[in-house]
Amino acid sequence: MAKYSLHINGSLKEVDVAEDTPLLWVLRDHCSLYGTKYGCGIAQCGACTIHLDGVAMRACSIPVSQIGDQKITTIEGLSQDGTHKVQRAWIEHDVAQCGYCQSGQIMSAAALLEDNPSPNDAEIRSAMNGNICRCGTYTRIQAAIRSASNMK
Amino acid sequence: MSKITHVNRRSFIKVSAATGGGFVLGFSLLSACTSDPIKEPFYGEVSKPEQWNELNAFLKIGDNGVVTIFSPNPEIGQNIKTSMPMIIAEELDIDWKDVIVEQAPLDTEKYTRQVAGGSQSIRQGWTSLRTTGATARQMLLMAAADKWSVAVDELRTSDGKIYHDISNKEMHYGIVAGAAALLEVPENVTLKDPKDYTIIGKGIRNVDGKAIVTGAPVFGMDYHEEGMKYAMVEHAPSFGMSLQDFNQAELRQMPGILDAFPMTLPVEGLHRITEKAFKKNEAVVIVGNSTWSLLKAKKALTVNWSINTSPEDSNMHEATLSALLNEHDNTLRKDGEPERVFSQDLTVIEREYSAPFLPHNTMSPMNFFADVSEDKARLVGPIQLPELSAGLVADMFSIPKENVHVEMTRMGGGFGRRLYGNWLLEAAWISKHIQAPVKLIYSREDDMANGTYRPAYKVRYKAAFDNNKNVLAFHVKGAGIHGGPVFANRFPAGSIDNYLAQDESAASNISTGAWRAPKSNFIAGAEQSFIDELAEAMDLDPIDLRLQLFEKAATSPVGEENDYDANRYANVLKEVKQKSAWGSETPGIYRGVAAYYCHNSYVAQVVDITLENETPRVKKVWSAVDCGRVINPEGAKNQIEGGVIDGLSTALYGGLTFENGTPQQTNFDRYQVMRHLDAPEEIETFFINTSEEPTGLGEPGLPPVIGALANALYKATGKRYYDQPFMNSLLG
Repeated sequence: MAKYSLHINGSLKEVDVAEDTPLLWVLRDHCSLYGTKYGCGIAQCGACTIHLDGVAMRACSIPVSQIGDQKITTIEGLSQDGTHKVQRAWIEHDVAQCGYCQSGQIMSAAALLEDNPSPNDAEIRSAMNGNICRCGTYTRIQAAIRSASNMK
Repeated sequence: MSKITHVNRRSFIKVSAATGGGFVLGFSLLSACTSDPIKEPFYGEVSKPEQWNELNAFLKIGDNGVVTIFSPNPEIGQNIKTSMPMIIAEELDIDWKDVIVEQAPLDTEKYTRQVAGGSQSIRQGWTSLRTTGATARQMLLMAAADKWSVAVDELRTSDGKIYHDISNKEMHYGIVAGAAALLEVPENVTLKDPKDYTIIGKGIRNVDGKAIVTGAPVFGMDYHEEGMKYAMVEHAPSFGMSLQDFNQAELRQMPGILDAFPMTLPVEGLHRITEKAFKKNEAVVIVGNSTWSLLKAKKALTVNWSINTSPEDSNMHEATLSALLNEHDNTLRKDGEPERVFSQDLTVIEREYSAPFLPHNTMSPMNFFADVSEDKARLVGPIQLPELSAGLVADMFSIPKENVHVEMTRMGGGFGRRLYGNWLLEAAWISKHIQAPVKLIYSREDDMANGTYRPAYKVRYKAAFDNNKNVLAFHVKGAGIHGGPVFANRFPAGSIDNYLAQDESAASNISTGAWRAPKSNFIAGAEQSFIDELAEAMDLDPIDLRLQLFEKAATSPVGEENDYDANRYANVLKEVKQKSAWGSETPGIYRGVAAYYCHNSYVAQVVDITLENETPRVKKVWSAVDCGRVINPEGAKNQIEGGVIDGLSTALYGGLTFENGTPQQTNFDRYQVMRHLDAPEEIETFFINTSEEPTGLGEPGLPPVIGALANALYKATGKRYYDQPFMNSLLG
């Protein structure tokens, strides 16, 4: 076990966990942040996508010991009140079916738009390809990202 | 109707034999607000009332006019948590912006059929949900008439307000909700004329939309209580094995691990549904303080398993299915004299189709919270058949049924996997064993390797036609492990004079069960591919051949018992033909068509594909759907789109293979599902404008698209696709 001070969603959080604990389980089991989802544990499905210093990463495959001072943003910290443009676009397009993968999809989309504010369709599909949705909401997700890219 | 004398306003019960199958209008017992994040409703823009007045089990009205509607059925992504309350709200005549929706717990006294399965929630709830809303509205009117000392029939409602136009008075429902709750439940109420609908058919967004996009803890996986332990299980790698021993002492020493012990659930005598799904009842249980410590302990686990029944593999399954098609004759239906006609001098075509076992791969692996003591059980999580599982827990631990409390969370996908509840029983067993509340979590590997798989299938079709382009005889023979895929009374039964349907099943030690649109998910694709090939052999347009057969089934049906309405079937096909401009040719675009009826709804689809570097790309899918009256158009479209993508994904990539009894694909690195890059560029869905009663949409969008895809692939490659997953033949 080791103590870590993590920058999560704008505040500092102390945790005492094994050093190989993936960030996903630190968030879920030790920080009561349940928005980051477990789907595969091997960075294949994208359900656990978070931002590390603004870059989309799979939290299931990052040991807590490698995070250091990097700033972690989870779905809970993407906006204060759920009004990030990607979140608004998701509501506008009524994207979710079961909804389980959507926080990961939203985090990937938000990182994409930060990096490339006006992605074309091919860029959207390519950037989102690591996020599986078993309910099959892909066309809605892609439409929502196009909408979000046109929002302020 | 009976009325029980009330002790006070908050503890009486009303029961009414309302229409719609013994539906109960009961009083909601102290549905307290709690600080639990899962139970706290999302208020959004709605202000919280000082006091709630429960009018019946489905709704309570605040003193400020805000209405809480309890959605009875489990939410699995089919969006009934939005569409079922919409039906109540419509008849209550309330403005949707004043509605809060909450998930009702399992309560067999108050609600009937709290099930997510068979695409039946809307169809079976249609009358009872409308009656619930209309009855509450009538009670509000009666209370208002009393308050204003006027006749009930001088009053009207609109958007949550009661008006007495003669005296120019108005008030919102909240003012009389308390008085209304004390009234006797009226037996006869008038339902709205559909032309006056303001909510049904108008398009309402997912009531949990905001919770989902903000990461609120709404799923079973997110459930947490102080003092709760975590548990994982390690089942046998192969079906047909028993647990001998394992490195128990070593595991117990690992950091974060509280205990490790063998589990042997008593499965014999369980309900047949659960028993069928529960062929790995022995496991090692590990209990700990965190998920990561459990995952590490699972890696450190060494177990000795003994073999009970011989391990099966995919080659064996293939041979078994072929043998079933060749050796047996279990006839389900026979019209005319198919054998005689097949022996005549006619053109005959015969084709065989196959599909492998499929895991469900819900995005959230199986999980459940359980807190079981000597005389009561509390269970929280995602479950499609809560009543069945609650009963099994009661039986298994000799707990009175009324002491088994089940709360249903949102499900991170289901597709049939969450009907069975074997993981729920495991969670309950572990909780009882360790005498503590526990959350059981399956890893993705546990989830994929210990499924209740879609059975493996084969089917053989044979048809005979004459020179005048008439189909004279038709033979379908199916085989499945376990359970055959044939529906004897579905199309083309009823449209061909000489018809024979046969079905065979082989036993297996592999757990199988319902997978989104059971049987239809295979047979539709096979049948619609065969019809396409038959049309080509007859030199007919594939839509024209189908319409010719529907015409026959509509005007002079063969046999007494045909499960479908041929006119509605033909209508969706005509609609998709028109919308897709079927018959027009675009260079480089290859088209296929299919239509199928299942779960009381009709769907016809056209798929357009291109080939890029010999890989198929789906450009567009058109769907024409007759599901009766559409309750929530945007949600309805979403269901069809999801069915389309699931169908395409299954047909192209889906398949679980076995070697030595062990599933070979146990995570998304080896099991391919459709992703963003492979998804159709566009999906356009049209609903038939009809006043037929509403039917379900969770399943019917999936089956036909497999046939439409196979037929488009044929156009693109000149090769027919008989065996799923199609990518194997495309690449091979």
